[in-house]
Amino acid sequence: MTNNAIEIQNLTKNYDGFSLGPLNFNIPMGCMVGYIGENGSGKSTTLKAILGLIRADSGEVRIFGKNIKEYKPTLMNRIGVVFDDINIPGEMKVKEVGTFCKFAFDTWEETTFNHYLKRFELPKEKKIKALSRGMKMKLSLSIALSHQAELLILDEATSGLDPVVRDEILDILLDFLQDEKHTVLISSHILSDLEKAADYIAFLHNGQILFMEEKDMLVERYALCSLDHETIQNLDSDAIVGRRKHAFGQDLLVIRDLMPAGIEMVKPSIEDIMVYIIKGEENESIAL
Amino acid sequence: MLYVEDKVNIQISNASSDPIYLQIKNQIKASIISGKLRAEEQLPSIRYLAKELRVSVITTKRAYDELEIEGFINSVQGKGSFVSIQNKELIREVQLRKVEASLLDAIKGAELAGLSIEELKDLLETLGGVEDDQ
Repeated sequence: MTNNAIEIQNLTKNYDGFSLGPLNFNIPMGCMVGYIGENGSGKSTTLKAILGLIRADSGEVRIFGKNIKEYKPTLMNRIGVVFDDINIPGEMKVKEVGTFCKFAFDTWEETTFNHYLKRFELPKEKKIKALSRGMKMKLSLSIALSHQAELLILDEATSGLDPVVRDEILDILLDFLQDEKHTVLISSHILSDLEKAADYIAFLHNGQILFMEEKDMLVERYALCSLDHETIQNLDSDAIVGRRKHAFGQDLLVIRDLMPAGIEMVKPSIEDIMVYIIKGEENESIAL
Repeated sequence: MLYVEDKVNIQISNASSDPIYLQIKNQIKASIISGKLRAEEQLPSIRYLAKELRVSVITTKRAYDELEIEGFINSVQGKGSFVSIQNKELIREVQLRKVEASLLDAIKGAELAGLSIEELKDLLETLGGVEDDQ
């Protein structure tokens, strides 16, 4: 028995001018994992490869211990997918979606679906193409939650939605995670409110995983501070991960344990860590 | 009947320099020491606590793990976490000893300042907010 919902080994995919991987990481069962990175870093490509929607050049993906290529039809019942775009004909009405999904999933539960339609206040008589982005997203999520999925994969699903809707979705995801066999993998370039509840953060940059770590560890390891140039000269250079220079001093992302006592530091957000690590690289290349 | 939620108040401050798991741990500890949470009482599950506080499950698990190591709670596989029995008295005892030590310090300080025990008692009552009957 494996304790990972997803296992990724040596996954690679090459396009003209962009290569992803080789990726090696696992998504532990019972957790929410935030898959973050800039636009174009390869997040969607990874998720599509995980789901077998695109063919990887090499490597293997196992979901619940099973190879996705061999077991795709049975595995897809157990995976709820919410992508940027909804994959349902635009002319269809909301109330007809259930009938459509009955054919797509062996494990379809009409009553659960109707429960979510009500909870999200989705208009049953409206056509899919007439729904707002937020409503489409809620409909997608309703479908994903109505076929006994144990793994939810959300790709940029919440970007572009207003904070109130994102908040509702966070509640739904946390409800889903009350079952310890349930797992959520959510990709985003803006995590903000969702990052609070994530257990792990996998950080993708230029097609490579820079880290896959417990969020708590990240937030404890790093710190933000603002210092003058002179103070910075005296710091251990290993302590500085990234910096933003401005006319009057520097803002730094530092490793907390390597800093001398008495310097005021604040906890960084995951977004701060992401921005400073990427900027840190750029600064080094300028220095060279 | 009081639900366990009514007995444990947990407020998380992002401004605090304490990590979140420590804030949770200390507040549950305070509820146990103060007796709000009684021995054998069941604590909320780590998943429920994480959901309510909107923090990572790893965070709440770490808080519970440390409370268990320190003997404040027991976790029973498949059943949940409970306030420990034996150590309840011990915890009180430890707390009592801390109070005694602080009082001894205060007495020493009072002697230096020439305060009588009687005056010290008055001071304690004033600080403790006890109303004067007369």
